[in-house]
Amino acid sequence: MTGSFDILIVGIGGQGTILASNILGKACLLEGRHVKGAETHGMAQRGGSVESHIRIDGQFGPLIVPGWADLLISFDLLEALRYSHYLKRGGKMVVNKHLVLPTSVFTQKIAAPTEDEIIAKLKSYDLCLLDADAIAAEAGSVLAQNVVMLGAAAGSMPLSPDSLVAAVRSLVPPKTIEVNTKAFEMGRAFGTQC
Amino acid sequence: MERQYLLGNEAIAHAALEAGVDFVSGYPGTPSSEVIDVLRAQSERSYYVEWSVNEKVALENALAAAWCGVRALCTMKHVGLNVASDPLMTSAYTGVTGGFVIMSADDPFAHSSQNEQDTRCYAHFARLPCLDPASVQEAHDWLRDAFRLSEEFGLPVIFRPTTRICHSKGDVELGAVVPGQRKGEFHKDPRQYVVIPAHTRILHKKLNEKQPHIKKRLVELGYNRYEIRGKTAVIASGIGASYVEEILPAGISFMKIGAYPVDEDWLGDFVKKHEKVLVIEELAPEVEEKVRQVAGIVPVFGKKNGYAPYEGELSPPLVAAIMVRAGIPSENPFPAVVPEQNLPVRPPILCAGCLHRASFYAIKKIFKDAIYPSDIGCYTLGLQLGVVDTTICMGASITVASGIAHSGEPRDVVCTIGDATFLHTGIQGLMNAVYNGANITVVILDNRITAMTGHQPNPDTGMTAWGIETVPVSLDAICRACGVTFVETVDPFDIAGTVNILSEAKKRHGVKVVIAKQMCVIMARRAGVKRKRYMVDTEQCTGCGTCVRFGCPAIEFIEEKARITDLCSGCSVCAQLCPAGAIGREGSK
Repeated sequence: MTGSFDILIVGIGGQGTILASNILGKACLLEGRHVKGAETHGMAQRGGSVESHIRIDGQFGPLIVPGWADLLISFDLLEALRYSHYLKRGGKMVVNKHLVLPTSVFTQKIAAPTEDEIIAKLKSYDLCLLDADAIAAEAGSVLAQNVVMLGAAAGSMPLSPDSLVAAVRSLVPPKTIEVNTKAFEMGRAFGTQC
Repeated sequence: MERQYLLGNEAIAHAALEAGVDFVSGYPGTPSSEVIDVLRAQSERSYYVEWSVNEKVALENALAAAWCGVRALCTMKHVGLNVASDPLMTSAYTGVTGGFVIMSADDPFAHSSQNEQDTRCYAHFARLPCLDPASVQEAHDWLRDAFRLSEEFGLPVIFRPTTRICHSKGDVELGAVVPGQRKGEFHKDPRQYVVIPAHTRILHKKLNEKQPHIKKRLVELGYNRYEIRGKTAVIASGIGASYVEEILPAGISFMKIGAYPVDEDWLGDFVKKHEKVLVIEELAPEVEEKVRQVAGIVPVFGKKNGYAPYEGELSPPLVAAIMVRAGIPSENPFPAVVPEQNLPVRPPILCAGCLHRASFYAIKKIFKDAIYPSDIGCYTLGLQLGVVDTTICMGASITVASGIAHSGEPRDVVCTIGDATFLHTGIQGLMNAVYNGANITVVILDNRITAMTGHQPNPDTGMTAWGIETVPVSLDAICRACGVTFVETVDPFDIAGTVNILSEAKKRHGVKVVIAKQMCVIMARRAGVKRKRYMVDTEQCTGCGTCVRFGCPAIEFIEEKARITDLCSGCSVCAQLCPAGAIGREGSK
């Protein structure tokens, strides 16, 4: 559109999409760049589907137009598929290999695609699929999976790894700085291979 | 000066600090709540801040502070302004001496609201100035300005951000925080502050006389501005103006309306220099109606002739589509894309271990064929469990229950209302129901916090907005004081006990109140309450589905057996429900 690099982060309320968005925003500030964003607050925190828009170098509205995102980061397989139409042709998709089925699937017996069916569909995109939970656990805490995801996507963003690491270190709780730094680097190492 | 990446509401809160705000009150409501949440969390405070019990109370408190000459901010969501509309309308007559800003956050598309009303209509109705920012930076700058404008005009100023301002983010240039230093002093002036007919007739005239000056000043100060670039023009307001600016082709004139009331002479001069004008704004045709008043023979495109919708929120592709429809430009830059079809939806849901799910289960068990009026809070999600039949506005569960019961409807009427909502506007309905002899059961879902909007304390919490301990109100005593004789408090996690009390209520005539009291599961976690998780013994599980139908997000059903995930918070209700005795506490076997 107007020269912004548009990143959509999606997941389920409580997975840490807002912290991920704040880290990207902070990295932009460290590089002296404009940034705009929009996110889901309020009711949708209760286990609902959540989205966070980040427009690096954005100067106008906060919303990414469907079909125009440069990068989609998804913390859940089903959510990746739900928001896949946001990605532009040739855009990159970084997805956590993790599937939480909505409760309605069980209570109302609604049909849901299987993990394999979802992955088969996602493969039509430039996909980087990773087990962020396992990598985060290896780094020292499963809670760092959102930072692992950012690390894996780092190579696809117009932000320097140094600014991203500095942003991670300034925004995560003080006691978890080292674990999150490691989580970021491990995610980044994985990302370079896919 | 400092640049930070902030949420709109965080930027607004910071702007209040830069304005040296002295007094802050409000009632939580999405998307407005974070402003006071930020202000009440500051470690150093030179101002007073409170969560009030409702918006009318909040507005009257803040208005009085502004009468005493201090700078006051009052925050709420758009529908809260309905509750506060009584003092709002007459506050325009009395005016203020200290700067008074009323933030009423609109929610186009009703992301988390019961309607899509437009606060600009209230500003028009009350004849008060209104600022309508188009970006987070503008929201910050204009909230700070609003105090000055209020002092200059001697009137409350309405500040109207929308969800896409409050909950969007941006890199914001911040100013220095100025500690509030004013001390309130009330100057007695009955002709200003006692609105008896003889006084109010004069005050009304004065309010009307202020209008032309306000209109001129809002143009002079740059809130309303334009650039002439051709013979076709787009006039836009709010976030819609940001979407237009991003895609506006060269050679199209652009007018941005950021403040109301709009100066008709100034607007008319602009419109008449064009051959065609398109108006882009969310919700009500506030700007469009003004444009049509002054347009003469210039054709106007907008909501009134079907080019733009009255409902929902704008987006860049929608704005582009409206522009194409109106003949500007020739091609839509955003071709439509199709989302993946037939995926199971993932709506918000009551948390695993939420007390409300347990209460709803017990209600449904005892009152099988009943009418279930409900109210506004997390528990409105009880709709998914089939235990919410009506929701209209804050406090309307008990009144709707009374109305249904008095209408002659023969079924039992059982209504649900949260603690904060009961204290907001529920008490009057209860008093009325007792006074007029309604036959209803009222279940107060008491989690001791205003949970849905982000866990703000209320008089039931025993803590102020500042985190200072205070005497918690007694819901039981309030109900008894209203004349209710059957008032019972239960622990909703004790299903048998709750069912027992509800069946007792069912047998009696009149107004019965059951207070289902248990901590909000999120607050319990934060307070360090640790309960062991539960698990399913797959050998004993018969796959009957009883626990799955309970609807807890921690319970899955895989290969005809139930399974409890790590979302479990140990409420134990599913174990009480399991007919096969297959669910037990982790580590107990």
